[in-house]
Amino acid sequence: MSGLRVIHVGPATSVQDAGRPGAQRYGLPPSGAMDRLALATANTLAGNPPSAAAIELGPFGATFTAEGDPIRIAVAGASRSIKIDDRVLPLSQSATLMPGERLVLGAARAGVFSYLAIEGGVQGEAAFGSLSVNARAGLGSPFPRPLQSGDVIAVAPASSRGERAIATTPASPDPIRVVLGPQDDEFGDAVQTFLDGTWTISPTSDRMGYRLEGPVVRHQHGHNIVSDGTVNGSIQVPGSGQPIVLMPDRGTSGGYPKIATVIGADLGRFAQLPPGQPFRFQAVSVNDARRAAIAFAALLHELPSRMVDLAHFEFNVAALQNANVAGSAVNAVDARTWQSETQQEQQP
Amino acid sequence: MAAEFLPPRILPSGDTAITVEFSRRIDDDANRRVLALDRQLKAAPIAGVIETVPTYRSLLVHYDPLQTAFDTLAAQLLARAERPLAGALQSRHWRIPVAYGGEHGIDLDDVAKTLGLTPAALIARHTGPTYRVAMIGFTPGWSYLSGLDPQLALPRRQTPRLQTPAGTVSIGGVQTGIQCIAGPSGWHLLGRTPVRTYQFHRDPVFLLEPGDTLNLYAVDAATFAEMDRAAEHGEVVAELAAT
Repeated sequence: MSGLRVIHVGPATSVQDAGRPGAQRYGLPPSGAMDRLALATANTLAGNPPSAAAIELGPFGATFTAEGDPIRIAVAGASRSIKIDDRVLPLSQSATLMPGERLVLGAARAGVFSYLAIEGGVQGEAAFGSLSVNARAGLGSPFPRPLQSGDVIAVAPASSRGERAIATTPASPDPIRVVLGPQDDEFGDAVQTFLDGTWTISPTSDRMGYRLEGPVVRHQHGHNIVSDGTVNGSIQVPGSGQPIVLMPDRGTSGGYPKIATVIGADLGRFAQLPPGQPFRFQAVSVNDARRAAIAFAALLHELPSRMVDLAHFEFNVAALQNANVAGSAVNAVDARTWQSETQQEQQP
Repeated sequence: MAAEFLPPRILPSGDTAITVEFSRRIDDDANRRVLALDRQLKAAPIAGVIETVPTYRSLLVHYDPLQTAFDTLAAQLLARAERPLAGALQSRHWRIPVAYGGEHGIDLDDVAKTLGLTPAALIARHTGPTYRVAMIGFTPGWSYLSGLDPQLALPRRQTPRLQTPAGTVSIGGVQTGIQCIAGPSGWHLLGRTPVRTYQFHRDPVFLLEPGDTLNLYAVDAATFAEMDRAAEHGEVVAELAAT
């Protein structure tokens, strides 16, 4: 058995997989990766099933080292500098970490979340079928909390196969698609304000919810409704008129009207929008959203076929690095202070 | 027309869930219909449905859009929701101990004063009714109860507290509830129960089911402490009455 030791991580670093749906009726949120496509990409490169548990890195940098036998890793998602000791590793490419070598990841330059997958997956004990961390519920494995310096994650030794890469396509700049409802009728003309507005994500955002900044979306009948169930992507509007998009660690019910819901296929792209970057929403029908879900599932399914063996592939490292330089700045607000604010907005 | 005969509203919650809304208010009839539909879906599952989340007034049905489509599922849910209730909901009944007031319920005296009651009279009124678990939501095990004496209804606090203790029993508006894990709350804190409605290393992990009924009964601080230690070790300190 080998180990991946945490030398240093930012506050929003945790083990995540496809999450644990099934107990939302008891108030347990599903948790799980913020960007499923990036998780699947890293896992595919590492030779794992697409939804295997990996390390989700927030916007901050991180350093790891290998112990025991060599281990194979891959990083996908938000672009950031990746180095193994002094060697540069491009995003979306597997590599072998020799014992004692350091994997040094920079802060996110474009996007927010990256996934560090390890061949053989993260070894841990599943709760409700998932290793995903939900610190409030005391769930997650190998640690029921975000990762800290000194943690060692048990992993399998690297197999003898070669390294691989996937040519990823850049995130689409298209509007984030939503299905209106379930309480869009609480808003009247303000639905148009919501759809016409240019929005940014506030730095006071976290895995529970993304707070939006933009035009004030006014309710017609006040901002309290009788609590009903929420989903990943529910856009609730509290009294301030500034919407909050609920993310995988959300409360399972909420008492603010929900004007719309981000469609499943766009949730990962939405999660990767860095604070301050302007974007818009676009309403689509639930049937169009379903077609997008089917296309997204096909995209996940074909990831292995898009993978190339590096032995047969000339990788232009310099070009990739240059392409990544013009990323957005990272806001260095402590993620733990965001959490309490979002929680307060969602208190019963 | 009685709410029992009105068809529910079918509302999309994105492309992966449908909200079946029986009422916009906290409504006992609506909650009973929600729970009835929930049980029906458990007894005879519909293909593509992943899980259901009952609330006071609506049932959220999570589904896999690769396995079913909105229109198909909406029609199936409507057909089932329109079937009349077959008698009373079968449910389990619990007795739940609560240590009221003092450090366990820091708002008890203020709430009593606001309502023009003595603390003892407030406790008597709060332990009087038989409550039903209308929904469990927000955080693991947070059980929202219906059946609060209307005279104990009290608007939520102006400023929510960022941290309230595990096991808190509180009043918010016309609702009362039992929270399991420590967290933020804008409700008025009357007491604490040693009962863990959620405890991961215990079987069952979740103690209460939406639709269960319960009575609260007062215990003193020493009894609370004793039960709390037992509960910490995984003992179920709530009593399950024969049904």
